[in-house]
Amino acid sequence: MKWLSDRIVQRLREEIDLPDLSATKYRLIQKLDSGGMGAVYLAADGDLGRRVALKVMNAAPSAELAQRMLREARIVARLEHPAIVPIHDVGQLPDGRVFYAMKYVQGRRLDRVVRNKNPLPELLRIFQRVCEAVAFAHAHGVIHRDLKPENIMVGPFGEVLVMDWGIAKVLLEPSKAEPIFQVSTATANTIEQQSLLSSLGERQLDSVAETALGTVMGTPPYMAPEQALGETNELDERTDVYALGAILYFLLCGRPPLETLELTQVGQTFADQTRQALRQAYSKIPRSIEAVCLKAMARDRNHRYVNVDALASDVGRFLDNLPVSAYREGLSERAERWLARNHFLVFLIAAYLLMRIFLLLVSGR
Amino acid sequence: MTDDTSLGGDRDKFPATRLSAIVSTGSHDLKERQRAYESLILAYWKPVYKTVRLKWNKSNEDAKDLTQAFFTRVMEKGFFDRYDPAKARFRTFLRTCLERFVSNEEKAAGRIKRGGDAVTVPLDFEGAEEELKHTEPVAVDAIETYFEAEWVRSLFSLSIASLQAELESNGKVIHFRLFERYALDDSGVSQEINYQELAKEYGLTVSQITNYLALARREFRRIVLEKLHELTATEEEFRREARALLGVDIK
Repeated sequence: MKWLSDRIVQRLREEIDLPDLSATKYRLIQKLDSGGMGAVYLAADGDLGRRVALKVMNAAPSAELAQRMLREARIVARLEHPAIVPIHDVGQLPDGRVFYAMKYVQGRRLDRVVRNKNPLPELLRIFQRVCEAVAFAHAHGVIHRDLKPENIMVGPFGEVLVMDWGIAKVLLEPSKAEPIFQVSTATANTIEQQSLLSSLGERQLDSVAETALGTVMGTPPYMAPEQALGETNELDERTDVYALGAILYFLLCGRPPLETLELTQVGQTFADQTRQALRQAYSKIPRSIEAVCLKAMARDRNHRYVNVDALASDVGRFLDNLPVSAYREGLSERAERWLARNHFLVFLIAAYLLMRIFLLLVSGR
Repeated sequence: MTDDTSLGGDRDKFPATRLSAIVSTGSHDLKERQRAYESLILAYWKPVYKTVRLKWNKSNEDAKDLTQAFFTRVMEKGFFDRYDPAKARFRTFLRTCLERFVSNEEKAAGRIKRGGDAVTVPLDFEGAEEELKHTEPVAVDAIETYFEAEWVRSLFSLSIASLQAELESNGKVIHFRLFERYALDDSGVSQEINYQELAKEYGLTVSQITNYLALARREFRRIVLEKLHELTATEEEFRREARALLGVDIK
């Protein structure tokens, strides 16, 4: 029997994990990345002759859940926005794993951009663009459910792309959603009746997969408490608001608000701890942006921003040196902000006053 | 592409069909019991032999005797009947048995004897010695990791042998050759090989390469999982091992 080197053993482990695409129109090129919920591969679309990114989920869901995921993904695939990476295709592999074919995007993941210590205003402007994309999806009745820095790409020209809409949830009020696509009443009702399952990180997959609410997907450090608890019916735009708050935390601190993948820990970090962690990480974080982050990450969703627009608006106000709704300033802070906002005017006045004093002194001689 | 699904039945979905060899060691049917021991010995003898060589610093002759005596004793005394999956993984249990066995043998030096339930499994000790030459010295506290790595190596080696036998007996020699060239070539060049180059080398289309490799990969995965299933005592242990060793989630 042939002896296998460590390199070959590792290679074989990877071979075992490779998706079997022989029944699809895709041809595997290479593995790009892997995370808690699945791996992303670069593949070639044999029909259209283009490259795509294939996300293959780790675990094969139950047949019922797989059908729901496929149906929802097909609806989400119709979202068209320059900052949303569209799903081209969804399907199931012979071993039951669900895959999504997405546009292949080249750029840097947001978490890697943050590691390069870009200036805060620049990061916040990226964050605003993320908010715009998410708000667009919300306006069309879709929530992402797995927003995190790893799912955001920043292109070479500063363009921002929100990826991985594979586990997005179609909200249950199609009447309120802007009609970007036609959904038959039957389909909409079916979706409405379904409590599409939320999901968990890989470590909890087994235990929760057998509960009545079914499999849960998402990433615990960025997951809202109601999502971690599997309260499927409670999920709405504010679930994404929480995740955006957690991303904002990441931009401010350089690390996620929760270091563990244990779902039981989600929601156990209270505002004081978060505030303390923010200040320890970066003592110069302005109180107002800290308050924006804390409000977005409130445990009780009723205390969060009502929607992503409100959150983005506060971030915009912070960038413009205007007061934010999440924070009541003291007099000194107001003055400080006014000075920061009008520094050129202050400079001119100071220069004028100095000149007058100088003239007075000269004429007084 | 029609030859793509003719092996392995319903693709590579689990459950596997073979019973757990660990459970079968307690069977009343002698043949079933012998088959079970044979499977376990085939999967574990190399990790056991190498661990004896490295941990207890035994000569190759002593390690051979100890390895053979260990498995003989295991069969005679029905050691594996005492295994409780709730307490530990089978590998950990087997390693603990081995440690006790070697320790007892050292106390009563020279007491090694053979016989009992008589399973004849050819063990290539010379081959194992050759393999040991590739091994860096192992620290005492890293023996467990070493044993685990050797076990995975053994599992893969057995699976490759089965893959080759199955594919060749089904007239799919080219499938195995491609898999061997693509995944098992340790010359350092194979990393550079892509499907286009393979297609050129074997006079096939890229599409054929994709499908042949997909089949070989799928069969390899099925065989590995079947063997793993056979070498674990419970479904729970099987899932855990598949996840830990191979990163594979089993439904």
